[in-house]
Amino acid sequence: MVELLVDLTLFFMLVTTAIAITYSRHLFGVVMMAGVFSLLSAMLLVSLDAVDVAFTEAAVGAGISSVLMLSTLTLTARIEKPSTRSPLIPLLVVTATGAAIIYGTLDMPSFGDPNSPAQLGAAAQYLANSPADMHIPNVVTVVLASYRGFDTLGEAAVVFTAGVGVLLLLSGLRRRRRRGDTDEKETS
Amino acid sequence: MRHHLILRVVTKALIGPIILFALYVQFHGDFSPGGGFQAGVIMAVAFILYGVIFGLNAAQSVFPTWLVHKLMALGVLIYAYTGVATLFLGYDFLDYGAFDPHHPAHGQHWGILAVEFGVLVTVTGVMMAIYYAFAERRPRISDKDW
Amino acid sequence: MFELDFILGHMNYWLFTVLMMIGLYNVVAKGNLIKKVVGLNLFQAAVFMFYISIGKVTGGTAPIFPTDMKIDPDVVYSNPLPHVLILTAIVVGIATTSLALALIVRIREEFDTIEEDEILEIETEMVRKENQACGDVMGGAT
Repeated sequence: MVELLVDLTLFFMLVTTAIAITYSRHLFGVVMMAGVFSLLSAMLLVSLDAVDVAFTEAAVGAGISSVLMLSTLTLTARIEKPSTRSPLIPLLVVTATGAAIIYGTLDMPSFGDPNSPAQLGAAAQYLANSPADMHIPNVVTVVLASYRGFDTLGEAAVVFTAGVGVLLLLSGLRRRRRRGDTDEKETS
Repeated sequence: MRHHLILRVVTKALIGPIILFALYVQFHGDFSPGGGFQAGVIMAVAFILYGVIFGLNAAQSVFPTWLVHKLMALGVLIYAYTGVATLFLGYDFLDYGAFDPHHPAHGQHWGILAVEFGVLVTVTGVMMAIYYAFAERRPRISDKDW
Repeated sequence: MFELDFILGHMNYWLFTVLMMIGLYNVVAKGNLIKKVVGLNLFQAAVFMFYISIGKVTGGTAPIFPTDMKIDPDVVYSNPLPHVLILTAIVVGIATTSLALALIVRIREEFDTIEEDEILEIETEMVRKENQACGDVMGGAT
């Protein structure tokens, strides 16, 4: 019961933050609230027993993500211009999508059901075998690095590729820009 | 940020513990929450904090750009070559039992340590590279506008 | 069908769907590209929580054994598999987000705006001019 209460409180804080993000036009505030959202979701993840994920979300979402967004703001703009389009069609789209998803969840097993398909597949074997196979307490690390090592190699490659993409987009073309606008140099 | 004395002093005191914490998260990841991904991000945060407070040039003289670019690729290579090493030892790709045939569990420890180190190096490298790439651009908004 | 047990058991999915839809609304309705990326991040975080909530077991605890590996068979552990998938997804997510931000920076340098409507306007103008130039070369009506 207490857990449910904690979850609900955190959830309503998340929704409030998300709505505030939607309404605010000051992008600096939006970025800060996105950081708050990350921290709140990290707390919710702890209550869902995903401590490793919560740790990552807090470090990435509130740490790196905010820094990158802020450095993007310094390079672009800090106020969002008011939209001229009516929000009616997006609202319709969002409601329809949400209704479809909720309709899909009606068939899903209940929250916390120990006999749901997700609990009985490979995960049960990982939990049962990892003490004998590895002698490592943290099952998440074991699955990440050993049982599903190939997956993680792919993830590392994706992170690397994204890094290369950013470098190609931002670092490679510096010389071409400098030639064009020398007048701005004095203001910076 | 030359004028923020408090920020500079606090940053200097914090950077050491942050790096230490990253290493703790990395090498204690087998026993508690943590691992290469988190440690990489925290490690990068230490240097990014230094860069934000003391300026990009200071950060780049500590952690040069060319090194960051090399680290990005190096981490993936460490990971991949761990798998290749197990192949050459006659086991499956990324089957760490190869590192200690008499005690497969010990071999697993070594293997996990190696690949987590690879992940740490890649993630640190990529996060630093992304930060440098963004920070190196000349800002369009001057400090006064904030 | 809709008795209390069912509602309590499925509420987590619905709540996270609401969060997802707020994120999606930001992506669809907002013209500002940074706002779109933030909306995408909200959506992403909501999907992560949705996914993690599938792995939760009632009365379970985090999937970390005692350090001495003396495992009490009565203790229930939550499903570690979603944790692994989402853990890596978060880091990949920030890497791809930064790619999106880099694109936004380049767009701003090229078009001098990050509002979708203005970019579209500039692009239509460019296409129109190009078409006119092509038409002139071909000797078409002006």
